[in-house]
Amino acid sequence: MIAIVKYNAGNIRSVQNAIARLGYESLITDDPEELRKASKVVFPGVGEASSAMNCLRRQGLDTVILSLEQPVLGICLGLQLLCSHSEENDTECLGVFDARVRLFPPVDKVPHMGWNNFLTLKGDLFRGVGIEEDVYFVHSYYPEISSATTATCDYILPFSAAMQRGNFYATQFHPEKSALTGDRILKNFLEL
Amino acid sequence: MLKRRIIPCLDIKNGRTVKGINFVNLRDAGDPVELAAEYAAQGADELVFLDITATIERRKTLAALVERIAGKINIPFTVGGGIESVGDVSLLIGAGADKITINSSAVRNPGLISEIASEFGSQCVVVAIDTRFADNEWIVYVDGGRTPTNLFTRDWARKAEELGAGEILLTSMNSDGTRDGFSITVTSDVSSIVNIPVIASGGAGTLEHFRDVFWNSSCSAALAASVFHFGEIGIRDLKEYLKKEGIAVRTC
Repeated sequence: MIAIVKYNAGNIRSVQNAIARLGYESLITDDPEELRKASKVVFPGVGEASSAMNCLRRQGLDTVILSLEQPVLGICLGLQLLCSHSEENDTECLGVFDARVRLFPPVDKVPHMGWNNFLTLKGDLFRGVGIEEDVYFVHSYYPEISSATTATCDYILPFSAAMQRGNFYATQFHPEKSALTGDRILKNFLEL
Repeated sequence: MLKRRIIPCLDIKNGRTVKGINFVNLRDAGDPVELAAEYAAQGADELVFLDITATIERRKTLAALVERIAGKINIPFTVGGGIESVGDVSLLIGAGADKITINSSAVRNPGLISEIASEFGSQCVVVAIDTRFADNEWIVYVDGGRTPTNLFTRDWARKAEELGAGEILLTSMNSDGTRDGFSITVTSDVSSIVNIPVIASGGAGTLEHFRDVFWNSSCSAALAASVFHFGEIGIRDLKEYLKKEGIAVRTC
C-alpha cells in the first residue's frame, strides 16, 4: 500500500488521483503506523512552510517522516520541508537534504508558474525522461543546488528541480500535474 | 526555459460546455470531461472551467463535475463562476481543482483575494478581470461584462497582485467573441505593470493571433474557447506553429 502523508497542505487529492490513474491504490493518512508499514510514502504539499512545519511537529509527523526507511517522495512544499531551512517565514525544516530554500529575486515574474524543462537530470526517478521534456512548476521559493540535487532547472537562476538522498526522493515540480512526463516520473517512483 | 502556456477555456452550463458570443447567444459544444481529456492529450498546458450558471444549487453539481475532471486529467485546471467565499473555494479545491478564479466578487469584496490566498496560497487565486475600452480608458466590468465599475484596469490589476492574487486572467470585452485577435495594448500594459503571470483572453481567431500576443506582450499564457471547441484550431498545430515562430511552448 502507498501512503500519502495527511497534514494541513493542499494538493493531496491530486496526488492520490494521479496514483490511481497509474493503477495503484493509496491511502491518505497521518497515522504513524500506517506510514511506517506502507511500501512507499508520498509527502506532497502546496502551502506555506512555517505553518506546515508547525502542523507536522504538532502531529509528531516530523520524527515519523525522518524515521521512514522505504522510498519517500516529497513533492513541491514536501521537497522544501525536507531541506534544512526555508526563507519562507524563516523556517527550520526537516534537514534530510543539506540545502536551503530561498525566495526568487523579483527580476522576473514570481511565482515561477508553468512548464519548464531541465538543465541536468540523473537518477532512478528520471529513467526514460529527457532533459528537453517539460514539467509543471508553481513556486515562489526555490531549493538551492546541493550534493543531493538530481535535476536542475533554470528560472531566474539555476535551482534544484529534484533531489535524492538515500530513500528520500523529492521533486520541486508537480509530477501529478505534468502530463505524460509526470506520469513516467511517478511510475518510476512507484516501481522503485 | 519557462514556456508560454495555451489554455482552452470551457464555459459550463448545466454540465455541458458552451461558448457565448460577446457574452450572449450560447451554443452547445460538448461534454466537459471528454473535452478536457481530449485537450490534455493534445498538449493543452492548463484548462479553465467557468460555470456560467453558477447559482447556489449548482455549486454542488459543479463540485461533482470537478471531481470527475480531476480523476481524469493530468494537467492543472482552474474553476470559476459565482465563487463568493472561502467556503466555496474550499469545496472546489477539495474536489480537486488546482486553482479558482474570482471576478465580480473580488471587485465587490477585495478582501476575499487575501482571505483565499492566506488559506490556500496565492498560487491558487486567479483574479479574472473583464475590461472594456471606453472613453479613452480601459475600465473594469463585472457581472459577466454587464456592469461597468469605476475601476481602471491597470489599478485593479496592481491592487489584485498586492492583495495576493497569483495570476490575472485578463479578458478584453472589445475583442471577446470577435475572432479579430487579442487586445495587445491592454495585455501588454497589464503584464508589464504586475509581477505575476497574466493570461490573455478574448479575440483568438487564428494561429497568428496567438503569435502576436506573445510577441507583443509579456503575457504568460493565452486562453481561448470556441476556436478550440469547434476544432478550427488544433492545439497540436497551434503549438507547432508557435514553435516555428520562435515562441517557447511545450510540445508533446
